[in-house]
Amino acid sequence: MEVAFLIEKLVLVTVLFTLTLTIAAYSTWAERKVAAWLQDRVGPNRAGIFGLLQPLADGGKMFFKEEIIPSGANKWLFIAGPSLALLVSFLGTAVIPFGQNVELFGRSIPLQVTDINVGILYIFGVVSLGVYGIMIGGWASNNKYSLMGAIRGASQNISYEIAMGLSIIALLLVTNSLSFRVIAEQQHGFNWNIIYQPLGFLIFLVCAFAETNRVPFDLPECETELIGGYNTEYSAFKMGAYMFAEYINMFVSSAVMATLYFGGYNYPGMDFVNETLGATWGPLVGVAVLLFKIIAFIFFFMWVRWTIPRFRYDQLMNLGWKILIPLAIANIVITAIVITIVDKL
Amino acid sequence: MMMESLSGRKKVLEQVPMNFWERIYLPAIFKGMAITFSHMFKKKETIFYPEEEREFSENWRGMHSLKRDENGKERCTACGLCALSCPAEAITMISAEREKGEEHLYREEKYAAVYEINMLRCIFCGLCEEACPKEAIYLDGPIVPADFLRKDFIYGKDKLVEMPINELEVLKGARF
Repeated sequence: MEVAFLIEKLVLVTVLFTLTLTIAAYSTWAERKVAAWLQDRVGPNRAGIFGLLQPLADGGKMFFKEEIIPSGANKWLFIAGPSLALLVSFLGTAVIPFGQNVELFGRSIPLQVTDINVGILYIFGVVSLGVYGIMIGGWASNNKYSLMGAIRGASQNISYEIAMGLSIIALLLVTNSLSFRVIAEQQHGFNWNIIYQPLGFLIFLVCAFAETNRVPFDLPECETELIGGYNTEYSAFKMGAYMFAEYINMFVSSAVMATLYFGGYNYPGMDFVNETLGATWGPLVGVAVLLFKIIAFIFFFMWVRWTIPRFRYDQLMNLGWKILIPLAIANIVITAIVITIVDKL
Repeated sequence: MMMESLSGRKKVLEQVPMNFWERIYLPAIFKGMAITFSHMFKKKETIFYPEEEREFSENWRGMHSLKRDENGKERCTACGLCALSCPAEAITMISAEREKGEEHLYREEKYAAVYEINMLRCIFCGLCEEACPKEAIYLDGPIVPADFLRKDFIYGKDKLVEMPINELEVLKGARF
């Protein structure tokens, strides 16, 4: 293992970490801005121009609030919950390819921290771990509302992971690979997977909303019934950690959706751009395109949040088990049949 | 028998089972999202408060002021009708008789030595204004400002009585 390789990965990890944190922080700002726009308001505009310093102010506030650990709570698990949620949410970005190889200092640098050949399974594993943060935090709070929120979170994640996994299987029939890098490369130009898997994408999208605990599936933390759900007892930065974890999860699932279905860093006319700008700047345009797609997805998450009311719990379970799972299975069967026919021709 | 609708706006909804498109939610969701998206481009209703203030209506009732007459004498005679009419019992007063040499301060022989309104009790109904036979009290002031202690919400004459006329003139001269 050479030094240059280590430095390259270190820089990449640092940049990715900063990028994730920045996007997560500014998601809180964007959420409030989008909510305001959709409701004919202007949103935060006092801290800095357009309220752009608002995340800093919020972060500062989080640090200076009183840390309360309820006397009946299990202290270690109470601290472990938000830490785990935050830690796990960061892991997902490691396998996402952010662009084609960049030629820099005579080296070809892949813009991906690591290319595991089972990248999709890795993402699945990491996302599933995310529910432990909610479970542990909700249980350790020693509060009935928190516990209810945690149980809802767990059952919801388990239900929707099945449909999500099934929708991915249909995608795998098309791509024949579990590696994110390979899947991204296959979608060169405008050959995006959404064209072959529109139904699969729809199922995946709905499940992504459920997995990230966003409205309309935010039952683990619904304010009206559970006073905040699993994070009822949390204050100060532990509360902030949960909130941050949610926004990072949103970023990761946006990135996964953009990479799996919307071509990742690919865009029409990318070959022409790569030839004109060279091997250093060309791929960076691809990175910008991917970031644009991710931000568009994050906006979509917010747009949906401020449009659709929360599902009732039985509706959620009905949708998951009785509609999405049969639909996903039908999608697999149809995809398999079509692929077989096309191959035979 | 069904009641006739008096407003003419009553709608009787029939419970019919949802059809296929309604059951898959999606068209309704897209419709809703189109509506919210169109709101992004509508005029914002926000009033930027400290810089901008909403205009009060003509019959706005704000903080009370005890008026003076055209010679700068206090109009209030401490008859107590305002306190009597007050449904929230927010007004208290102690009357006193006018001494020699105070004719330039008080219009009639009796005046309010202490006049207090508890702004936390006041409901700004304006009945004191209506009850006053001397046109001495009007609710024509601004919004009562916030404060930290309950005792600071009991407004005495220092806060309620209009400025003496000569000071008002000075102020007006400075402004116009």
